[in-house]
Amino acid sequence: MADLSINIKKLLFKNPVLTASGTFGYGEEFEDFIALNKLGGFITKGTTLKSREGNAYPRVHETASGMLNAVGLQNKGIDYFIKTTYPIIKDLNTNIIVNVSGSTIEDYTAVAEKLNALEKIPAIELNISCPNVKQGGMAFGTSCKSAAEVTKAIRKTYKKILIVKLSPNVTDITEIARAVEAEGADAVSLINTLLGMAIDAEIRKPVLSTVTGGLSGPCIKPIALRMVWQTYKAVKIPIIGLGGIMNAADAIEFFLAGATAIQIGTANFIDPQTSLKVIKGIENYLSKHKINSINELVGKLSIE
Amino acid sequence: MKYIKDFKILKNITISDDTFVLELQLRQKLPIIFPGQFVEVLINKSKNTFLRRPFSIHDVNTSKNTISLFIKKVGEGTEALSKYKVGDIVNIIFPLGKGFNLVKNKKVLLIGGGCGIAPLLYLSKRLNENNNEIHVLLGGRSKEDIIKIKEFKKYGKVYISTENGSLCERGLLTQNSVLKNNFDKIYACGPAPMLKAVAKIAKEKNTECEVSLENIMACGIGACLCCVVETKKGNQCVCTEGPVFNINDLTWQI
Repeated sequence: MADLSINIKKLLFKNPVLTASGTFGYGEEFEDFIALNKLGGFITKGTTLKSREGNAYPRVHETASGMLNAVGLQNKGIDYFIKTTYPIIKDLNTNIIVNVSGSTIEDYTAVAEKLNALEKIPAIELNISCPNVKQGGMAFGTSCKSAAEVTKAIRKTYKKILIVKLSPNVTDITEIARAVEAEGADAVSLINTLLGMAIDAEIRKPVLSTVTGGLSGPCIKPIALRMVWQTYKAVKIPIIGLGGIMNAADAIEFFLAGATAIQIGTANFIDPQTSLKVIKGIENYLSKHKINSINELVGKLSIE
Repeated sequence: MKYIKDFKILKNITISDDTFVLELQLRQKLPIIFPGQFVEVLINKSKNTFLRRPFSIHDVNTSKNTISLFIKKVGEGTEALSKYKVGDIVNIIFPLGKGFNLVKNKKVLLIGGGCGIAPLLYLSKRLNENNNEIHVLLGGRSKEDIIKIKEFKKYGKVYISTENGSLCERGLLTQNSVLKNNFDKIYACGPAPMLKAVAKIAKEKNTECEVSLENIMACGIGACLCCVVETKKGNQCVCTEGPVFNINDLTWQI
């Protein structure tokens, strides 16, 4: 059987399939449907220094081949995570990556510092791309200067694997990727949701409480794929690709475009077993094409 | 424990122009289902339906391993589902959420407005097993909205309000004369304004009251945090902390 394992620096993933932040809770929500140990890793809900109530309702709207959300980082805060959630999930045989969000650089570093001390958390994913919070979030991810600043600050504090999740709501994502690479990011995740909106024409009002929200699902896959491909040519650090991956065929496209690993996001809502089906499908693809290791596929897009 | 399983459609019964009941069978034994719990149905025969659709469980038959869903056609997804045929397979995540708290040996009133009738049939059945004195108040715009009167009558006394007066008392359900009586507990499901009015009445009479809330949701399992409602403990997911809430826990009841 082909080798599905990948590395991000010294961190080994048994396979390249992770679940995306904001779509997988803290893992426990999916225990009835899949064996979490089989995942390459899972990325927690965006976690902030203090608890957050998130945005007002309505927070979700279905669109053609996707959904808009305006959750706004509702979570119980890092101390709750450390005290209550971590003891439950820490012994799972998979990489648990905590998605870290904040409104100020100080917030981010405080959370990262606390996570640095947790033995069973080998990596964090820095969310500088959430479109649903007024302060911080995406604001950090849309300029090279602020993306670099927050990455630099975290890099000083956080000693383990640092992944930075990038926003697609920028003119040139490769510039942001280069900026965070230069400040010591070990990998980049792309893409977060695209800023979108929906209108209820009957009442002439926006559907979401926040007017705009984050668009995800298959409708964003071509954009995500393009950005992964562009970024692959621009940086040397590994790319974790995500955006509308619904099945193994979608995942393979991301590897070919240059992703070392992928994340399953919105698909978890439609079929909570998607991630395991994708792992199986990747195995089948490698076997069919007689490829020994998933690493041989990364960036092997032929454009001649 | 939650499951993701394929169910076979045994019956698709048209109730009115915009409502229908699906009877769905699982191949193996059904797990324990509490009244008020719901399912998330994957509708794959509609091109533009992306997310699953949540429906409360209308009835459960443990000997046939069937569940029933009472569904109102409100958009493309439910419209497509209404056209599914007997024998078609439907993928379902179930049983979801926390159901109603069942009392014993009490005088209870069940109130269902419009599609809110859906979870009350199985609730009546289970409350009946617990030796309660059951009163059911059903309300709708017209007599076409009132369903399963005969079945509810198996479990208790039925009262009806129609807004156009085509059946029984004319007016809003919350104006029905049965509400003048005293009950040990009220269970209600229906549109938010109706639930608020019911909660007010229950509060005035100091009667314990549980309401089943409806909300747009994506995952149904507490992962996406889209379907929140404001409670005294902060925002809570209707899908996992509900859909049934005690009115005292909701901020609109303060």
